[in-house]
Amino acid sequence: MTAAQQAITQEAGGRATWRRPAMPSWAISWLQVSPLAIILVVLFALPTLLFLAVSFFDYDRTGIYPAFIFDNYKDLFTTPATWRLYVSSLKFAVIVWGITLVVGFSIAHFLIFHVRTAAMRTLLFLLCAVPFWTSGIIRTIAWIPFLGRNGAFNSTLIWLGLTSHPLDFLLFSDFAVIITYVHLFTLLMVGPIANAMSKIDPALLEAARDSGASRWQIMTNVVIPLSKTGIVLGSILVFTQVMGDFFVVKQMSGGQSASIVSALSTEINGMQYPPAAASAMLLVVFVAVMVAGMMRIVDVRRELVG
Amino acid sequence: MKQISRRGVLAGATAASVWSGGFPTIWAQNIKDVTLIHAGPPVTAIPAIGEQASKDLGFTIRMQAVENQDLLNRFLSQSTSLDVADVSISFLRYLVGRNVLQAVPLAKYKYWDKTIPLFTKGEYPDGRKASKQGISPFSVLYATGPDGQKQATEPTEWVTGIPSITNADTLGLRPDLTGRPVNSWADLISPDFKGKTALQDSPTIGVIDVAMALEARGDVKYGNKGNMTRPEIDKTIDLMMEIKKSGQFRSFWTSFDQSVNLMASGEVVIQSMWSPAVTAVRTRGIPCTFQPLKEGYRGWAYTFAPMKHLSGLKLDCFYEYMNWYSAGFQGAFIAREGYYCGVPENAKKFLTPAEWDYWYDGKPAATEIKDPFGKVMEKVGGVRDGGAFWNRMGNIAVWNSVMDEDRYLTRRWTEFITA
Repeated sequence: MTAAQQAITQEAGGRATWRRPAMPSWAISWLQVSPLAIILVVLFALPTLLFLAVSFFDYDRTGIYPAFIFDNYKDLFTTPATWRLYVSSLKFAVIVWGITLVVGFSIAHFLIFHVRTAAMRTLLFLLCAVPFWTSGIIRTIAWIPFLGRNGAFNSTLIWLGLTSHPLDFLLFSDFAVIITYVHLFTLLMVGPIANAMSKIDPALLEAARDSGASRWQIMTNVVIPLSKTGIVLGSILVFTQVMGDFFVVKQMSGGQSASIVSALSTEINGMQYPPAAASAMLLVVFVAVMVAGMMRIVDVRRELVG
Repeated sequence: MKQISRRGVLAGATAASVWSGGFPTIWAQNIKDVTLIHAGPPVTAIPAIGEQASKDLGFTIRMQAVENQDLLNRFLSQSTSLDVADVSISFLRYLVGRNVLQAVPLAKYKYWDKTIPLFTKGEYPDGRKASKQGISPFSVLYATGPDGQKQATEPTEWVTGIPSITNADTLGLRPDLTGRPVNSWADLISPDFKGKTALQDSPTIGVIDVAMALEARGDVKYGNKGNMTRPEIDKTIDLMMEIKKSGQFRSFWTSFDQSVNLMASGEVVIQSMWSPAVTAVRTRGIPCTFQPLKEGYRGWAYTFAPMKHLSGLKLDCFYEYMNWYSAGFQGAFIAREGYYCGVPENAKKFLTPAEWDYWYDGKPAATEIKDPFGKVMEKVGGVRDGGAFWNRMGNIAVWNSVMDEDRYLTRRWTEFITA
């Protein structure tokens, strides 16, 4: 060993020994989680606590006053609009979840099991992702001229002679909202499911086939159980997106239906912060409970680590 | 654009001769570094106006455009981050008494006696009293003292802000698609236009448009459409939910652009609308009228006010800017958006005779009429909808408002939208 080499080894060794004993392993763990923890505490936990506090405040036109009253929650739970909003948002969430699950699962299955070369798979994945290079707002608005009364789709239908006058239900309707959601959120389903499927050992499928399993049996006994994590993760992403949506419902229903968040924004626009905070708390709790329920179906943490 | 810049040069020349004579040199040196931040909605806080003011005054005016409620929020929560505010008259219900604004002593304002009496006296030039439904400018304009924290019911020496912009709003329509003449607010809810109408999704303005329609149709008689009682709100919203369920409305819009696109695409043929939105549809070559209706207009107004924190040199600069603002350039600029200013006779100096005749006198356009950004919005011979200034402003039925029962109204409005 030359002197130079010795020096390097020593230095390397020295650095390692300087790091390890000075930092107990728990400290390193803390350091590793701290960037995310700080972001979550400052940008999520603290504001949520603030909302919680403000939701009990009193208010009038000129200000909000620290208090501990339940009026805001009482108003919230006794307004029929609240229930209608949750029913309508849940309806959208369930329909969109169902469609994106079927479509997303099929796309993922095709990409992972039917496309043979990795290069082709990457290319197709990229094609799925290309629309996401433009913002969601633009992709939403782009549907309006397409679906409108004098839009491209209606004009085509009339030109083909399939209908004599434009179909009004295409735009500013639940139909328009669902189409846009599916367009926006299907990739959120494809990603996690494809990821889960790519971890399935092809030998398993071969073994199943050799043991005489039909295609359907392979699907239900092997592929779906092993993609569970991806399905649940994708479902959580789609579900929370729909429940927290503000823009799509407003644009595509033409303001005909409201979402939970758009009703909340009406309150903020009226400078009524305490009831808006109460609405926000209800939404946070509701979505948290729903997500917790989905997490119970699959232990996502264990599956992700494994 | 060419016209504006030519006029700008003229304005600069006259202004320079006025201002340079008026102040000692020390003033001119001190003010160089002063910057006033002027915040308002996008249709009034226009950078071109700020640039012209900076050129004429020798200090810097920076415009910041913020939409509706965000603007109000900014006034309330970050009032020191701006110096000059374009205040919607109805916002004054939130702002006065909150230590956000200060009053303007009338002695500092050069054009008070030239300001239209609708603001200063609550009446028309012919002596008729203007409508007091909603929040009328006169009812909130005067302050009890220099701090401007309380409104006076009678004229005083202080105002909460200088009257800067006003207009009369009505329904916009597509005359080529309605298929019949429209002359009443009731047409907004007429079955003839089922599925082809739209409303502004706002409990403050939308509900007043609705009230105009319901009253015109004879469904409800209001004491004050701009300040409804709970039973009136209930009756209004219940009726509106019925009408909504029948499929009357195509859309509820929240932004200026949405209202323009709904109209331009033909999705909607009659809707609540703003004047610059009508102009925007017309500059695309699509026919659109801001239809005068027999029940009258929904009026609104803005004032121009100093923030509480201004003092000393900056406050002096504010007063200079205030007098510049009413001297005509701004008034002429917003006239091309279809708005009126507080001192029309000053705006006249900055408009061509053809523009003045078209926008203020309701006469046929002698030349092509352009919008503030130089696009043609009216051909030769066209006449402004509703005609002359006082024909339009002289027929205000109700003013934009924030009602006493606004908490309740917001809840019921959400119900209406979700129904």
